[in-house]
Amino acid sequence: MTATARKADQSATPKTVSESSSDKSATVVVMAQRPARKLNIQPALAAICRNVLPPLVVLIALLAIWQIACSHPGATLPPPSQVWIDSYDLIAFPFFDYGSQDIGLAWRVLISLQRVAIGFGLAAIVGVFLGAVVGQSIWAMRGLDPIFQILRTVPPLAWLPLSLAAFQNSNPSAIFVIFITSIWPVIINTAVGVRNIPDDYRNIARVLRLNPLEFFIRIMVPAAAPYIFTGLRIGIGLSWLAIVAAEMLTGGVGIGFFIWDAWNSSRLSDIIVALAYIGVTGFVLDKLVALLGNVITRGTAKN
Amino acid sequence: MNAYLKIDHIDKSFERGGTKTEVLKDVSLTIDKGEFVSIIGHSGCGKSTLLNLIAGLTRVTAGAVLLENVEVNAPGPERAVVFQNHSLLPWLTVYENVNLAVSKVFAGRKTKAEKHEWVMRNLDLVQMGHAKDKRPAEISGGMKQRVGIARALAMEPKILLLDEPFGALDALTRAHLQDAVMEIHARLGNTIIMITHDVDEAVLLSDRIVMMTNGPAARIGEVLEVPIPRPRDRIALAADRTYLKSREAVLKFLYERHRFVEAAE
Repeated sequence: MTATARKADQSATPKTVSESSSDKSATVVVMAQRPARKLNIQPALAAICRNVLPPLVVLIALLAIWQIACSHPGATLPPPSQVWIDSYDLIAFPFFDYGSQDIGLAWRVLISLQRVAIGFGLAAIVGVFLGAVVGQSIWAMRGLDPIFQILRTVPPLAWLPLSLAAFQNSNPSAIFVIFITSIWPVIINTAVGVRNIPDDYRNIARVLRLNPLEFFIRIMVPAAAPYIFTGLRIGIGLSWLAIVAAEMLTGGVGIGFFIWDAWNSSRLSDIIVALAYIGVTGFVLDKLVALLGNVITRGTAKN
Repeated sequence: MNAYLKIDHIDKSFERGGTKTEVLKDVSLTIDKGEFVSIIGHSGCGKSTLLNLIAGLTRVTAGAVLLENVEVNAPGPERAVVFQNHSLLPWLTVYENVNLAVSKVFAGRKTKAEKHEWVMRNLDLVQMGHAKDKRPAEISGGMKQRVGIARALAMEPKILLLDEPFGALDALTRAHLQDAVMEIHARLGNTIIMITHDVDEAVLLSDRIVMMTNGPAARIGEVLEVPIPRPRDRIALAADRTYLKSREAVLKFLYERHRFVEAAE
């Protein structure tokens, strides 16, 4: 129990190590003390405590539960303490580079991100354009929408064999899977956004005699921007989901292949560390797109 | 016969699901250059439809609208519209909203510096030069409508179409904007058509008031000349006999002869 609490503290927040005494209920002490102290400090610090402390406490608790659950002799999965020992180099040195397949997880994530960037970037461009067409033209909608609705339900990996056959190469196939996975929410949300452009904006464009390209750039994209960014945000989440699965099958040096490789060599601790990397990266990607959306669409929602 | 704007026996009907609704029936009107004409009527009488027909935003079913003897069949900047709810683009600043119109309408005709100067001149005309870098969400309703007017004026239109421009504003702001429009009209001599449902506003601003009968198949019931010399002052007019008589004539038309009956739909 003592070891459990200290280990949990160490892996999550190294700076609290000195605080955590060898008392048997270290976690309970942390939970009880911090909120009481929060009341006496500056509002800014209080805000940080409000936002950072609760997930931290939950994380520590979860690690503790995990540690307890996996500590008995017949456990099939390693406890956090074992992960820390086994995969210390992966956790502490994300950027090491010892040759082709022996590189830090940050490099692998970056390689996967590169594939996502290409596939998702193409999906964003094509998706916004197609969505604009579907939203603008009633006949394009009637013709294309049912097909989009069917295709979007196809799971990402179902596309992989076909794209491998078509491209004859694993890298473009993985990129295609990203593209085809993330394009649907972009198309559908853009179309909804374009359909919801107020008539007033259209009338202004007509009075000014904006040509279709000017209308697209000056009215349609900014007016539909909140919807477009909703689509992009869903799309980037999906593409991050798909890349890991696609890389497991296509190989290469991405984070997905690393997991497959680790599984084949029974390095379960490495898989757990890779999952943490993937989760954090996905979270950051989502927040980045949301932030970009907020910056670009400021003022658009309110009128 | 050479009227500036000629509305020539126009009909307008909408068809939806097999049922045809006649909105306007045999409407004819001529407007001279520099004239300020108000169109007044109860809601639903088709006055906004009439304005949209002049703007070219909707097509006539029969008849024609002629501006300087050229038929109107599409919208264009020479018939600039100030919409009821200002309809500024919220992602652009005040300056950019006006500049969007200026850069499109004067593309190839003005240099960049001239365009900038023209945007600022029109913003100053409506006293909005100070707020040029603000976004529509950051300014009041009256200020938004001022910018809407500046955007329309910046197109250098042959005719300015105001679609209940002050309808959504409080009484004090409305009075300020009416004065601003009168001043601009006096300075620039624009031809202006304004849709309104406010009797005082119509009498104060207009040279002529066009009174519409109730729909469906609305037509022009009466046209009233308002022979009050300009510049007009709202305080002095409050006791002016011509003003009161004009006002009474419009009120009688709207509330005695063509009382609004709530349509039972």
